[in-house]
Amino acid sequence: MRYVIVGSGPAGLSAIEAIREVDGEGEVILITAEKFVGYSKPLITYLLGGKVTKENMYYRTEERLREINVEVRSATKVEKVLVDERAVVTHTGEKVVFDKLLLAVGGRPFVPKIEGLDQKEGIFTFTTWEDEERIEEYVKRRGITKAVVLGGGLIGLKTAEALMDLGVKVTIVEVADRILPVTFDKKASEMIERALETLGCEVITNDTVVEVRGRKAISSVVLKSGKEIPTGLLVIAIGVRPNVEFLKGSGIEVNRGILVNERMETNVEGIYAAGDCAEFYDLVDGQRKVIAIWPVAVAQGRVAGYNMAGRNVRYPGSIPMNSVEIAGVPTVSVGHSNVEGEEYEIFTYEDGRTYKKVVIKDNKLVGAIFVNDIDRAGIYTGLILQKLDASSFKEKLLAEDFGLVYLPREFRKKMLEGEMRIWLE
Amino acid sequence: MAKGKIPPEFLVERDDYKCVRCLACVRLCSYGANYYDENAKRVYTENRKCVGCHFCEAMCPTEAITVMRNPFEIKPLAHWTSEHLIDIMKQAETGGVLLTSMGNDRPYFSYFDRIVLNASQVTNPSIDPLREPMEVRTYLGRKQMKLDLEEDEEGRVLLKTEIAPQLKLEVPVMFSAMSYGSISLNAMLSLAEAAKTVGTYFNTGEGGLPKELKRYGSNMIVQVASGRFGVNVDYLNAGSAVEIKIGQGAKPGIGGHLPGEKVTEAISETRMIPVGTDALSPAPHHDIYSIEDLRQLIYAIKEATRYEKPVGVKIAAVHNVAPIAAGMVRAGADYIVIDGIRGGTGAAPKVTRDHVGIPIEFAVAVVDQRLREEGIRHMASVVVAGGIRNSADVIKAIALGADAVYIGTAALVALGCHLCQRCYLGKCNWGIATQDPKLTKRLNPEIGARRLVNLLRAWEHEIKEILGGMGINAIESLRGNRDMLRGVGLHEYELKLLGIKPAGEAW
Amino acid sequence: MIGVRKILIREEYCMGCKLCEINCVAAQVGTENLIKIFRYVPELPEPKVIVEEHDYITFALQCRNCYDASCLKACMTGAMHRDPRTGAITVNEEKCVGCWMCVMVCPFGVVKRNVKKKKVASKCDLCAERGSPACVEGCPNEALVLIEVRE
Repeated sequence: MRYVIVGSGPAGLSAIEAIREVDGEGEVILITAEKFVGYSKPLITYLLGGKVTKENMYYRTEERLREINVEVRSATKVEKVLVDERAVVTHTGEKVVFDKLLLAVGGRPFVPKIEGLDQKEGIFTFTTWEDEERIEEYVKRRGITKAVVLGGGLIGLKTAEALMDLGVKVTIVEVADRILPVTFDKKASEMIERALETLGCEVITNDTVVEVRGRKAISSVVLKSGKEIPTGLLVIAIGVRPNVEFLKGSGIEVNRGILVNERMETNVEGIYAAGDCAEFYDLVDGQRKVIAIWPVAVAQGRVAGYNMAGRNVRYPGSIPMNSVEIAGVPTVSVGHSNVEGEEYEIFTYEDGRTYKKVVIKDNKLVGAIFVNDIDRAGIYTGLILQKLDASSFKEKLLAEDFGLVYLPREFRKKMLEGEMRIWLE
Repeated sequence: MAKGKIPPEFLVERDDYKCVRCLACVRLCSYGANYYDENAKRVYTENRKCVGCHFCEAMCPTEAITVMRNPFEIKPLAHWTSEHLIDIMKQAETGGVLLTSMGNDRPYFSYFDRIVLNASQVTNPSIDPLREPMEVRTYLGRKQMKLDLEEDEEGRVLLKTEIAPQLKLEVPVMFSAMSYGSISLNAMLSLAEAAKTVGTYFNTGEGGLPKELKRYGSNMIVQVASGRFGVNVDYLNAGSAVEIKIGQGAKPGIGGHLPGEKVTEAISETRMIPVGTDALSPAPHHDIYSIEDLRQLIYAIKEATRYEKPVGVKIAAVHNVAPIAAGMVRAGADYIVIDGIRGGTGAAPKVTRDHVGIPIEFAVAVVDQRLREEGIRHMASVVVAGGIRNSADVIKAIALGADAVYIGTAALVALGCHLCQRCYLGKCNWGIATQDPKLTKRLNPEIGARRLVNLLRAWEHEIKEILGGMGINAIESLRGNRDMLRGVGLHEYELKLLGIKPAGEAW
Repeated sequence: MIGVRKILIREEYCMGCKLCEINCVAAQVGTENLIKIFRYVPELPEPKVIVEEHDYITFALQCRNCYDASCLKACMTGAMHRDPRTGAITVNEEKCVGCWMCVMVCPFGVVKRNVKKKKVASKCDLCAERGSPACVEGCPNEALVLIEVRE
């Protein structure tokens, strides 16, 4: 049996571990476009900000992969999947034949069309370690003191924070009326925006970059509002799209991401997909979507790995969620927390420092937001995943001492005794 | 009102250096005696609220707490003790009957403590129980006067006599009747599980049978008392024996009253009465006014249980105990229970508990004597209850004529009870005499059962040692064997009633 | 994995004394003498066990060291890992960057933050060094019991 895994992100590596749990014999080949293997992508902003060492970038090491008998081909890009020949073609033209294939190719940064963007130094996207090296090198070599981050999403904010740690003054430009428009609601966004501002970060909303000026290197950006901001650096962080273009015409069904069933298998038997490139169902609303977050990638990767190795494991679906500490403010957003409408029952709590919100639909918890006081947020995540009827305790959800003690006795008992699986699968 | 101001009975001393402010004592006291002062950052006790149950002392992780008797309650007087004065103050205040719990608290003479045991020397050999068989098993129930045997065709000897139903006790100690309501379910489960492990019996008391105990039927005696709570044919057949309770050592001659507010859903279910109604146990059984009436009930129960289960009768030890016991045996009781003046209770008027009844030592001696004289000792087993504290008491009781003993207080002490005598308040910190879910869970029946088993095993070992020393290899050979007893410091007429010789007098 | 040790929580026997909490603190400090700890240790660590209370229900809750642990899947740094010797999930503080993904996904809500250090507070490791968990040993009513489970 020959397993080929494309992509060395969390989905790919989890799949490998799952395969090895079941099948110690089969040949496992890991092909990745990355130069570094086994490092954690979300850590690149921490690396840039000097908050993590290079050694600690790795959450799995290449040695470990070799130990479990995995052939690693790094800096190798897969350009085609030949479904009929059951092979992938790399950028060198080499064909690698597989019995089972996992596409865990992740996403790639989306770059909009902006006038004057091409052929200038000082403009970066920021999704890989190599990007980090380039940005760090550029900032240090040029002695950059001002930067613009286009995009007020999680990556944008973490990038801004890292640049500020390097002593760079940052302006964030977000096209929506507030930062983190997807992840958080208005109130939470405001709180985070305020925290960023206290760190000296300028936040411009309802605006976007329409032109980049400068000769060889960037010198300023012009916003739609007409405002011009001098800057030595532009980081474009307006989002990541599933990296699926290379599958065009391959016969593998793709919507926004690669369509998979609950075994993480694509329409082509023996070809699987997992992680940021895969599209599966949202556990709460039942819609197909790409949920590009770490835990989902790990969970999907594992399911794919088990199934590739011959077990029959099903993935129940997941929910969007994110936790991040920005400008010293820890935040958590789980499920469908930024919603409005009569069908939703919304409870909120706020004082000067803390903001908490829970969203209930049909007596079930479907979303929650926590700012500052995030301890025990996981209980809410569990309740959303479990779809537990919350009518007996919904009034208590935001009580200071809310905990398992308020849950129905039988449910709690099963949970504590480990009979219930409400874990991310 | 100053005239009714009663000094605290206990002082809770707290070594502030040792106190680590874990606040376990504050959290745990069901009487709210301990409290934390946020400003002073210290833990204090309102001594007046302390009942002396020692729970906080036991739970304190640094031994910072000492619960002690208040030495300066009221001026110490020989006749008018603090207790008397306080009782008068309370009654002057309330006009009510004083309630109390557990066993008699008057310093009556303990005859057990004036009886010593014999051992073998030179002329008869003692037995080492570790090397030789030692039988402490006994059977309760009616025994035959003689056994008829017959031989079958192949020459095998067969028993022709039909043997009456028996209770088989691996140790001659049972757990006495304590009802669901007076004690918690966890306490009952502890008793039940221990009885099962050791091979003896616990008793449901008069409160009916909680469903959680049904599976302990083969180690259970079900009680039928004057209130007939929870009694139906299933109940009668649920255990291994049925016990008719006429009286109880702690409160001879009076009934019981469980106030309606204590009749919760669970209690109502087992007692088979509506939630919130008072559970009244009349003083007498209203269908028993004579030995003949008792016989009717005994046989009604025997009919209902198809003569498969021994039926016992329990009475409090009163002045006329011997002839009453004889009547009970003649009425058809397979075993009788005599509960002495030190018998415990969940709630009783203090005046009754402390002053009514007779010491069990006399009661068992005269009952055994009377039954022998009438030639009916074999017709019923005699179980002794009320104040059995240790294996020596068990041995002495058996040597005075008992077949086995019941222990109540001793069992509760094994479960944590410190005899604060406040069972009637229903706030037992040890989780025994309470139905408050916050408190009942403090008694983990696994721990409870383990401790009770330990207690019975320890006593079993000690009984074997003593028997061996006496040169006896079976507990049944000790029964009524008063030659093994001698009195120390007893008057002649007391010795005569007990049927024992004074220490120093040979056989 | 065979014979993984777990702490069984029995809420029906928990009396809410919270002695588990102070025993946990003592175990972290590394001495059993509570008086000494209270008197002379300047900054006491937080207990790694949470006692939840409502009405008559109380129970002590510490990391369940789940077989299929969400926190392991959510950790993007590899800081959260399973100790192969004890089966307990432990945190490598060196690697933790404080992204709080583990806090977000723990269904028991028992992953605690060390707010000062901006790291996951080293979580319950079943007292790996001590041998047996202090909370279990100190529980006066066996509401916490150490068991071995086969998985």
